[in-house]
Amino acid sequence: MSNPVIKVENLSKKYILKHKNSEPYTALRDVISNKVKTIANSKSQILNPKSEEFWALNDVSFEIKQGDRVGIIGRNGAGKSTLLKILSRIVTPTKGRITIEGRVASLLEVGTGFHQELSGRENIFLNGSILGMNKNEIKKKFDEIVDFSGVEKFLDTPVKRYSSGMYVRLAFSIAAHLEPDILIVDEVLAVGDADFQKKCLGKMKDVSGQGRTVLFVSHNIAAVQNLCDKGIYLKQGKVQMIGNVEAVLSSYLKASSEIQQIDLADRKDRSGNGIIHFVSVEVKNENNIPMKSLQCGKFGKIRINFNRKNNMPLNNVHFAFGINDEYGQRIAQFNNEITNQLFSDLRVDTIDIIINKVPFRQGIYSFVLFATVNNEIADWIQDAGTFEVEAGDFYNTGKLPPDGQGNIFIEHSFQLIQP
Amino acid sequence: MSKHRIVIEPDTEDSNYWKDLWNFRGLFYFLAWRDILVRYKQTAIGVLWSLLRPVLTITVMAFIGWLFKSNIPGGVPRLVFVAAATLPWTFFSTSFSEASNSLIANSNLLTKVYFPRLIVPASTVIVCLVDFFISLVILIVLMIFCKFIPDIKILLLPLFLLLALVTSLGTGLYVASLNVKYRDFRYIVPFIVQFGLYASPIAFSSNDIYSNQSIPKILKIIYSLNPMVGVIDGFRWCVFGGNISMNLTGFIISIFISILFLGFGIWYFRRMEKSFADVI
Repeated sequence: MSNPVIKVENLSKKYILKHKNSEPYTALRDVISNKVKTIANSKSQILNPKSEEFWALNDVSFEIKQGDRVGIIGRNGAGKSTLLKILSRIVTPTKGRITIEGRVASLLEVGTGFHQELSGRENIFLNGSILGMNKNEIKKKFDEIVDFSGVEKFLDTPVKRYSSGMYVRLAFSIAAHLEPDILIVDEVLAVGDADFQKKCLGKMKDVSGQGRTVLFVSHNIAAVQNLCDKGIYLKQGKVQMIGNVEAVLSSYLKASSEIQQIDLADRKDRSGNGIIHFVSVEVKNENNIPMKSLQCGKFGKIRINFNRKNNMPLNNVHFAFGINDEYGQRIAQFNNEITNQLFSDLRVDTIDIIINKVPFRQGIYSFVLFATVNNEIADWIQDAGTFEVEAGDFYNTGKLPPDGQGNIFIEHSFQLIQP
Repeated sequence: MSKHRIVIEPDTEDSNYWKDLWNFRGLFYFLAWRDILVRYKQTAIGVLWSLLRPVLTITVMAFIGWLFKSNIPGGVPRLVFVAAATLPWTFFSTSFSEASNSLIANSNLLTKVYFPRLIVPASTVIVCLVDFFISLVILIVLMIFCKFIPDIKILLLPLFLLLALVTSLGTGLYVASLNVKYRDFRYIVPFIVQFGLYASPIAFSSNDIYSNQSIPKILKIIYSLNPMVGVIDGFRWCVFGGNISMNLTGFIISIFISILFLGFGIWYFRRMEKSFADVI
């Protein structure tokens, strides 16, 4: 029992980031034209400004023993998904070595390979085989899967006619009935309704009770706490801490609150070419008075201060301000490209985002800052900070939807249609 | 402790690859089954589509051959002569183009689960093989209609079918892996298929090429480099027996090229395979 089932030694993964390439794939013509350029100007290959190395994982080593339930935590971009993809053998590492003893099943997405045109029954067989079950295993588990999902009435209906809830239930039920030695699960529980999530967590706990090893990534701290007994805390591609899940979680939570104490201007965990350098973010009211928090239903202003490299005027400037909820799920984005306000000849260092009526429920939200200049990433900070939203009377009725009925408010009204 | 042991390292030759391929044969079967099921769902005439395309091609190619008075051996009906070439050609062209696009079409699988990627193009070729067997009905019906009795050599047909399969899989694997990185191949594939329809002996017979004195020798050699020439000549030789003389040199070249394509296709595919999920 003391032998590790997963042994990771000095694992690293490098990605080449291409900034300027707006197309998601390489086109042959680009390769040819770049080759021609390279011949014409031999310097251009050395000074290629379009690509940049990025180490998603950097010298990661750890061991996992049989029966461990390991939660992998870390902020967005810390390398959690990359680690799972390497362990699942979807991508190959750049350096290092992993030894795994046992059958691995990974669940990086709910319903991988589901085909819209096929019926629920057909998709159970298809998805089961994609996840590594053989035909007999699927047949044996078939009734159990259908039972767990609760969609037996619609088994012969194409899944394109399923509601999204039914779809997720069916998909997860298949995955929950895998019997691997090692189960790798990425943020898949974020979907589905709360009751079904609980049922899934219970099922996964059963699985690990039978001596199986579980690796679990989630932004849902409660789910990690509930399911896992060990934790691995990744930070910028490196292992920051391994150990008891409580200890790792508290260290992670402490670090997350500490990092936001650091002045935005001095943060090192940023990427981009530095033509824009974010300095600070403030919340203001309509009279430009600094506020501690935004108020739900009221006017609000988010002021972003930044530096421009050498104070140069900038062209084609695009800002994005992404808002995440407490689980790290993106809930909204402010973006001057979608508002058709790309800035040219930008000579200022301060910009305001105007929100006429703050639509968020009370709570603490974190944000991501992002800017590009001429389609190249200029500055990008994940979890750049948090802002608070105070309770407010959004609908001017003294009432709000109950908790658990959504965190975003939309103005609306009802109308009676006379027959 | 379980007997499964996986070692993940960069750039090492995976010794378990072929064993894995065997272990994932269930997935291979299910992917082919999915493609067959999906193909004719919500189509009005369903399986008839596998017949319609070759029937139209046969008609057009026979007409062109007739118009240009291409030589056909005595006693062989032109429609049967053209059909014996169109069926393997259609098999090649569909499986080559579907295999070439298969990785892109299944990109959601490639980025979410592990399995030997060879399964994807290979299973699409199998689907096309099923279509081929359905379309054999056309040849049989034409033979009955034209009261043509095939030679006993028709029993060797599977050999040439295997050659067509090897050719389409080899070229398909190569183009599929290129397609992941350079999407330009999406535009090149239909062109190759269209070009091949006229460069292969469908409307005419290979004898016309080899025995024509005004065609320079170099062009004849280039012509015989097309592996489908060997496949089609072989098909005709099986069906029409003694009426067709096989060009043995050309045929050996074809076999050689087909196997070379397959070897090179597998080698290139395996080399690129590890980066598929990164670049797709």
